[in-house]
Amino acid sequence: MDLRLLDEAPTIAERDAVDSFLGEPESGWDGGTRQDSHLRYARGGHAARDRRDLLLPALHAVNDRVGWISRGALNHICRRLTIPPAEAYAVASFYAMFALHERPRRVVHLCTDIACAAAGAGRLRDRLNERLGAAGSSDAGTTWHESPCLGLCERAPAALALQADAPARYAVAAPATPRALDALTESPADDDTTSGSTNGHGPRNGLTFHDRPLPGASAEPDPATAIPDAGSPDHVLLRRIGRIDPLSLDDYRAAGGYAALREALRLGPAGVIREVTDSGLVGRGGAAFPTGRKWNATAQQPVTPHYLVCNADESEPGTFKDRVLMEGDPFAVVEAMTIAGYAIGARTGYLYIRGEYPRALTHLENALVQARERGLLGPDVMGAGFAFDIEIRRGAGAYICGEETAIFGSIEGLRGEPRSKPPFPVEKGLFGRPTAVNNVETLVNVLPVLLMGGPAYAAQGTEGSTGTKLFCLSGGVRRPGLYEMPFGATLGDLVEAAGGMPEGRSIRAVLLGGAAGTFVRGDELDIPLTFEGARASGTSLGSGVVLVLDDTADLIATLVRVAAFFRDESCGQCVPCRVGTVRQEEALVRLRSGASPERELPLLREVGQAMRDASICGLGQTAWNAVESAVDRLGLFTDSTTTAPDARATTEEAR
Amino acid sequence: MRSDDFSAPYDRLTRPLVREDGVLRPASWDEALERAARGFRRGVERHGPNSFGLLSCARATNEMNFMAQKFARVVVGTNNVDSCNRTCHAPSVAGLAAAFGSGGGTSSYAEIEDTDLIVIWGGNPRFAHPIFFQHVLKGVRNGARLVVVDPRRTPTAEWADRWLGLNVGTDIPLAHAIGREILDAGLANTTFIERATTGLDEYRALVDPWTLSAAEAETGVPAEAIRELAHAYARAERAQLCWTLGITEHHNATDNVRSLINLSLLTGHVGRHGSGLNPLRGQNNVQGGGDMGAIPDRLAGFQDILDARVRAPFERAWGRPIQGRKGLNLTQMFEAMEEGELKTLYVIGENPVQSEPETHKTTSRLRALDHLVVQDIFLTRTAEFADVVLPASAAWCESDGTFTNSERRVQLVRKALEPPEGARDDIEIMCDLASRLGHAWERPTAEDIWDEVRSLSPMHRGMSYTRLAELQGIQWPCYSEDTLEPSYLHSRLWSKDPEERGAPAPFGIVGHSPPVDLLDEHYPFRLTTGRRLDDYNTGVQTRGFSSPMRRGELLDLSPEDAAKLGIGDGETVRVVSRRGSVLVPASITESMRPGLVFMTFHFPDQVDTQTLTIDATDPIAGTAEYKAAAVRIERVAAEPEDAHRKDGTPAAEATTGG
Repeated sequence: MDLRLLDEAPTIAERDAVDSFLGEPESGWDGGTRQDSHLRYARGGHAARDRRDLLLPALHAVNDRVGWISRGALNHICRRLTIPPAEAYAVASFYAMFALHERPRRVVHLCTDIACAAAGAGRLRDRLNERLGAAGSSDAGTTWHESPCLGLCERAPAALALQADAPARYAVAAPATPRALDALTESPADDDTTSGSTNGHGPRNGLTFHDRPLPGASAEPDPATAIPDAGSPDHVLLRRIGRIDPLSLDDYRAAGGYAALREALRLGPAGVIREVTDSGLVGRGGAAFPTGRKWNATAQQPVTPHYLVCNADESEPGTFKDRVLMEGDPFAVVEAMTIAGYAIGARTGYLYIRGEYPRALTHLENALVQARERGLLGPDVMGAGFAFDIEIRRGAGAYICGEETAIFGSIEGLRGEPRSKPPFPVEKGLFGRPTAVNNVETLVNVLPVLLMGGPAYAAQGTEGSTGTKLFCLSGGVRRPGLYEMPFGATLGDLVEAAGGMPEGRSIRAVLLGGAAGTFVRGDELDIPLTFEGARASGTSLGSGVVLVLDDTADLIATLVRVAAFFRDESCGQCVPCRVGTVRQEEALVRLRSGASPERELPLLREVGQAMRDASICGLGQTAWNAVESAVDRLGLFTDSTTTAPDARATTEEAR
Repeated sequence: MRSDDFSAPYDRLTRPLVREDGVLRPASWDEALERAARGFRRGVERHGPNSFGLLSCARATNEMNFMAQKFARVVVGTNNVDSCNRTCHAPSVAGLAAAFGSGGGTSSYAEIEDTDLIVIWGGNPRFAHPIFFQHVLKGVRNGARLVVVDPRRTPTAEWADRWLGLNVGTDIPLAHAIGREILDAGLANTTFIERATTGLDEYRALVDPWTLSAAEAETGVPAEAIRELAHAYARAERAQLCWTLGITEHHNATDNVRSLINLSLLTGHVGRHGSGLNPLRGQNNVQGGGDMGAIPDRLAGFQDILDARVRAPFERAWGRPIQGRKGLNLTQMFEAMEEGELKTLYVIGENPVQSEPETHKTTSRLRALDHLVVQDIFLTRTAEFADVVLPASAAWCESDGTFTNSERRVQLVRKALEPPEGARDDIEIMCDLASRLGHAWERPTAEDIWDEVRSLSPMHRGMSYTRLAELQGIQWPCYSEDTLEPSYLHSRLWSKDPEERGAPAPFGIVGHSPPVDLLDEHYPFRLTTGRRLDDYNTGVQTRGFSSPMRRGELLDLSPEDAAKLGIGDGETVRVVSRRGSVLVPASITESMRPGLVFMTFHFPDQVDTQTLTIDATDPIAGTAEYKAAAVRIERVAAEPEDAHRKDGTPAAEATTGG
């Protein structure tokens, strides 16, 4: 392609970061040193352009090493991958975790989303402001940003520090006590423990991050601590977590690992699809589409190759179930993906994980390396003559990339913008080929389906909702965390399992399904937590978020945070969402300042309806859900008690 | 030095001009036509019809070109009619005609999109044929591999899967080595060779010395790259071989074309859907001009003028005998001017002063004419030498008619605008001149003329205006109104029936002949010329538009040479050939390699590149070797500011000898 590249050159570190990921350039034409022999012959064309999907990982390579992406680095990536600089810039600037201006190597992401805000993130924000200056300032050796949900809600409030290095390092503070937070912001001065491999040839052993946390910060607790009743004999999906070393394939196999894959190979692809169909398993990512039907439709497409995408871009505020699965039982995800790939006729599966999950990434990277070593991934899986491998793609801070078509754009090296459907992914998905996109939890369910058989699996739960479900409990309950319950339990049962509310507190509202979900009242605890039950109650389970707001919570502030989240995360591609999310936030801010609900609510409804009717993807279509339910179900703005001055005053103090 | 200040407003000619006391002054149409006609009549009376020459216009309609050649053959009685296709693709026509009997590209655009391998040899269509290149890109997106053979790593090459950067003028060694490798590897298509070709044994002997290593030594292309291309081309189920002026603007251009055609004969990549040979034409109607007979050796429909049976229907229709000999081509006309044999020249829409090599020679030759009539829409540099200047209409928007594109598709154009007040349609002007010269030509409509073409040219016979409108263009040949031929030519060659197969295609037995202008210690750099994206030929049609990408004339050279000579980007340097020298800003670009420099001829008023080029021409087709001059580059110490001179005079200096 005839590119108009910039004149700026990469630094040695930037060049090294890119080249150690992409391999050394072939000649002077693709970014190497120009030599006489290059001036007579060049390769490129399809082979060069076909590597477009390496753009996002290449941007990560630079960001991980240097902390930001300079024009010289971007230019070098463009030359290596034959991408017009304007397009690469469009992609780099799409993601919140990339910086296109110089900044300190260490960045602290402070979660200020719903659960963390309710747990006092406001005070932490003030502390960072004081110590490091305003968000985004580069004066100190560390910079910081407010972040949407980091998926650490059971340990709210949470903060994540990432530091560019070779290899990159991270540390988590959750719950972020002032001391834990201070440890993340300590100046990243040279210290002997960073030595690692400073000549830095990218991820060693297939690992992106350094195996020890940033100096000074404490190690994260075991993944199993996210599960208050870890080890319970009733667990199906969570049964191994806390019992095995998540880094050991042998441990995994000793606990029943890879029995499901063996069963799958015995059944053959059609047999696997039959069991999954019989099991009644539906997608756990929010849309509840029957998994068997999706696999069958993909498997039957005549166009090849087929692809599998595991959607681990768990970004719905309040959701952390997939993180716990990936951190605590990573081989289960790998095994389940292998079975899915076998069933749908894919040779390659992409696991797209959000950029805010460094530990889950590390555990998965380790799992892939071990699985390949043992022939459980690769050209001849389990000696069965079936070829399958997995590539991990890391997101970089864009909620929209969890949308099932936006994830394709992101993997392909384009902006993560949703596509119009039809064509549906099963016909034209990743790289324009038939693709099955499944959520992590959905895939992990396939293991018990095969081990117990479809009909036996279907016998659990209710008729319309089979199996068990993971619920992410956060907020005001006594024991927030991840709970696995058979379908059929009520909201009240779940709150009860989490220890109920602390003394003297009552439930003001429960947010079901995350920012895209709906609020229900504290007196609606008899709602059955099944797909059909939630639907009948005018709500939805979504991704399994159950965020309990007690009577001290500032609902209006929560709504403003939700609105700000959607405004920030709208990809901007279609007008109803791009403009509507801004208008929605503005109206809520006016209402918070005392504007008249009689004037603002009709506007909110009209904007909300326009987004729901006319946006091309779920983000815009659901951006008004929570606000609508707060008005209609909770009576916010219409019921005088909710905006009582004393409640407002409490909130102001809390901030 | 860089500026985009190379735009002049478009000043259309709207009044005829005649020369009086050495200067051009406005005149009435009557006076101008009368003067023009009188000059033609006097010339023919004194020196005979073959002292007259006519240059027709490759941008005008088929109808206009048909009338122009008819003017030469009927009103004057000479075959001295030609057009600028001489400077580009006459060798392609000659080479294709020698192999297949007719001179058009053999495939269609749609087939470029539906092929497996596209080889672009000696061309930069990304810049010079942007419409064609859109079809190439569609093919590439459909999975076709693209290989580009060009001395420079052009923007086209940057799209390619493989680029082979050969030495200028070594196309034949490269082609022969590919042919040898195909034979050696047993990849030749024996079925096709047996059915449809002659001369394989001589060809085998011809290419035998061109081993991969011998070719590497001559062309500079690594042996492995040559082998790879040979195998890719021979193995492809479908392949398109496309070329442009990098093949044809050489002193042995027809041989170059033959050497490429040989590869298609060897592999059977011709006469099938998706496989073919495609010279990419430059002007909108450079194909049609030749098809209409506005060339010295062919009558309309590409019919041989030497054949009395071909001439007979024309003579009957026109009521006048046609000379049974070839007329002079453009190059020969200019030589005949020098020798005093050609005295009168009628130039329609051409600008040879700026498009021909060795400008000084061209202008002195034009000055030697008795009578020069220029018919154009602008006052070109050539028109400045004229005795009579006739303001014409712009064919593409101010007249009805047809054009024929590179894929042989005849398409209707419809008049959208009236010519400006004072300008007249080309055909109207020719009819007025004919009347004054004793031929009462009514002013026929475009469709009347086209129907006359159809009555005389079998390959256009089925293309009525109604049908052209209905089908949005028809590719030739189209023999009758109720049939359509396949989109590719020469399928006959694949027939099992020898009768149907017709004349076989002979391998071209052509040897290597390096560029005439030799490199030596005084002229160590190879200058090659070409086009850039935002400009077209001598700039007459593009100067009037501003473009953010236009940087004026530049000398492209490699970073290595720039460093060696101590030249900075944008610095003005002197480029000296054995014929002259120019001052031009240098542009340092990685697309060039040491020893190779590049210029265009888009800005003749700024830098007259043709001062440097050599007029060595192809003996068969008459095309000049624009692609290979020997030059040296000198730093210019402390030139006065703005050496490219905004007053518009060329920055050419006096010949420095050498």
